[in-house]
Amino acid sequence: MTGSSPEQENHQELPPPRTQVGVVGWIRGNLLSSPTDIVLTALSIYLLYELIPPIANWMFFDAVFADVEHRRECREIGAGACWAVVWKRFDQFMYGFYPEHLRWRVNLTFGLLFVALIPLLYDRVKGRRYLLRLPLIYPVFAFCMLWGGWFGLAPVESSKFGGFLLTMLIGVTGIVVSLPLGVALSLGRHSSMPVVRTLSIWYIEFIRGVPLITLLFVASTLLNYFMPPGTYFDLLLRVIIIVIMFSAAYLAEVVRGGLAAIPQGQYEAADALGLNYAKSIRLIILPQALKISIPGIMNTFIGLYKDTTLVIVVGLLDPLGIGRAALADSRWQGLSTELYIFVAMGFFISCFAMSRYSLYLERKLDTGYKND
Amino acid sequence: MLGNLWREKKPRQLIIQIVAIVAALSLLGFFGRNALNNLELIGRDVNYAFLFTPSNYDINQHLIEYDSRSTHLRATIVGVINTALVAFFGILLATVIGFTAGVARLSSNFLVNRISYGFVEFSRNVPVLLWILLCHGVIVHNLPHPRQALSAYDLFFLTNRGVYSPKPVFEPAFWGVVAALAVAIGGACCFYRFAKQRQERTGQQVPVYWTNVSAIIALPLLAFWLLGFPVEFEFPAFKRFNFEGGLVLSPEFLALTLALGVYTGAFIAEIVRSGILAVSHGQTEAAYALGIKPNFTMRLIILPQALRIIVPPLISQYLNLTKNSSLAIAVGYMDIVATIGGISLNQTGRALECMSIVLAIYLSISLSISAFMNWYNKRISLVER
Repeated sequence: MTGSSPEQENHQELPPPRTQVGVVGWIRGNLLSSPTDIVLTALSIYLLYELIPPIANWMFFDAVFADVEHRRECREIGAGACWAVVWKRFDQFMYGFYPEHLRWRVNLTFGLLFVALIPLLYDRVKGRRYLLRLPLIYPVFAFCMLWGGWFGLAPVESSKFGGFLLTMLIGVTGIVVSLPLGVALSLGRHSSMPVVRTLSIWYIEFIRGVPLITLLFVASTLLNYFMPPGTYFDLLLRVIIIVIMFSAAYLAEVVRGGLAAIPQGQYEAADALGLNYAKSIRLIILPQALKISIPGIMNTFIGLYKDTTLVIVVGLLDPLGIGRAALADSRWQGLSTELYIFVAMGFFISCFAMSRYSLYLERKLDTGYKND
Repeated sequence: MLGNLWREKKPRQLIIQIVAIVAALSLLGFFGRNALNNLELIGRDVNYAFLFTPSNYDINQHLIEYDSRSTHLRATIVGVINTALVAFFGILLATVIGFTAGVARLSSNFLVNRISYGFVEFSRNVPVLLWILLCHGVIVHNLPHPRQALSAYDLFFLTNRGVYSPKPVFEPAFWGVVAALAVAIGGACCFYRFAKQRQERTGQQVPVYWTNVSAIIALPLLAFWLLGFPVEFEFPAFKRFNFEGGLVLSPEFLALTLALGVYTGAFIAEIVRSGILAVSHGQTEAAYALGIKPNFTMRLIILPQALRIIVPPLISQYLNLTKNSSLAIAVGYMDIVATIGGISLNQTGRALECMSIVLAIYLSISLSISAFMNWYNKRISLVER
């Protein structure tokens, strides 16, 4: 078959048929490959035609970007969205009611978050071993910067926190603290000690069995009952603790899946090497289990980040709360769509980035080894 | 001495477990004692008798008899029914959206694939509470006032006060139709079993599917006709300020169902997609090699294997949807959290009792579903050699 006949050598290589390559080939292959395909393409184009122009018109072409003071002025200029309501409150959306002259502290903390994250997220940074200490120092630094009261920084009450600052604060703290807790819980559930296992199962099943919103209610209304008389807990702190407890239970379930996927031989091999429990878990089991559970862990993180919006039910002003406050203003009543779409964009960008990073991590850590 | 105990596995585990029990008990004791102290301090007891006193508030959507003189207990039941209602329709919508988008994600058609991808990414990366508020805002602020209602054939009306549609009023004879439906379904099951046994015995096939579908449709219709159409419709009519009569779906209910359906649907789409992808391509090729037709390949080879992967996470999404329906309170839909955990709590001031009831209801729903899931997983799990 592979031996070339004399006739073949004399022929020039013909280009592939024009209908199979290039734009035409692509369209034939991907849009019009069969009668059903043609119908589907037509339906899709119709759907896009019905959706995109009205939305684009409303958001951009008919929208009013002018800096007006009242929605009535917007209606006089154009029929589309009235974005002034967002710009007027932009600072609140970002910082809440954080004192204006102290906002540089928030900006600095936010900027340094990425500096601290770089050595964690990418392993090709030079001097990563030393830089890895940054994420450890960062939480202390961020706490001092945001709350103040140390090193001559003016203190700021947590009730002034709001907007995306609050989202980031609850989200990042929740993510950082809940992961080790979740891993510990999943190890507890996987443990051979009946008491530890039972306690872990009770905790996990209880937390997973009730909606986060009811737990937040419990934290805001009931916690005083369970504390010694006269104890005062900062509301923000209570909310953060609840969020951590909540997502730790979900993480525990995710990591449990990873632990269950590790073949028994790995445990036996670790025992045979003479590693004690802590070492075998740290060096053999967890690295593999966590790698398997990366998609689930990232999904839980994204879920936690999105769940920070629920804090409005206990009266904290996250971006959604700021938006609702803006709607209560008689000048902007009825502009809910503009406000909510703006907030939705903010969440979409961060959550989408997180899910992309999770894909990148999965690909990077994929060793091509699957036990099936 | 202690070092030796620690080095041996059994004593060490014993020590750890004793410490864990003591820690857990003392934590519970600490909370319990504080609670007792605090209750004594404000002169309260833990008492559920308030459940049998009149609630003194109205609930705009109730499927069972309810008014402000009914008890708190009845208000709770109304709340549970409302939660169940929104969860049921949300799950229905989410399943339809999820399976459609999930299959569309696998389409070889570029446009279908991309549209589905965009939809899935956009809907699951935006918080569900935001979806609920957005839907509610669009319905309340952007749909027309009842006076200029958008109507379809003058039967259905779309307004910012909700959707109005004709309301079927069933006469007692309608039970005959229900009975006919039950008979048809029962007969279909028997016929299915008979056909299967016959095929296993003789190898002959009977057209089960079409016989059963036509029986299930035809028999109730026949009963309906014989009993003289025992249904009347009550039509919504515009009176002065608003529509009256007919069946009304409130904006809160619509927003909640739509938002939960879209949000959960995106997650289900991903589950369906990965479930189908997880069935190895060799299965399809093997089926084709055996000469099985494509649609039979899908029905008999691919789907049964994909469903084994899809069903467990699907159920947990249904559970998530049910729990997320507690966000109803943000738009004022009267579910469990809004009735007993909201207004009842504020009126009676019995936070401990009310919240414990709310937690117990959700917990019993979740635990019974997860018990069912454990049973199901055990049943379908592959028996490996």
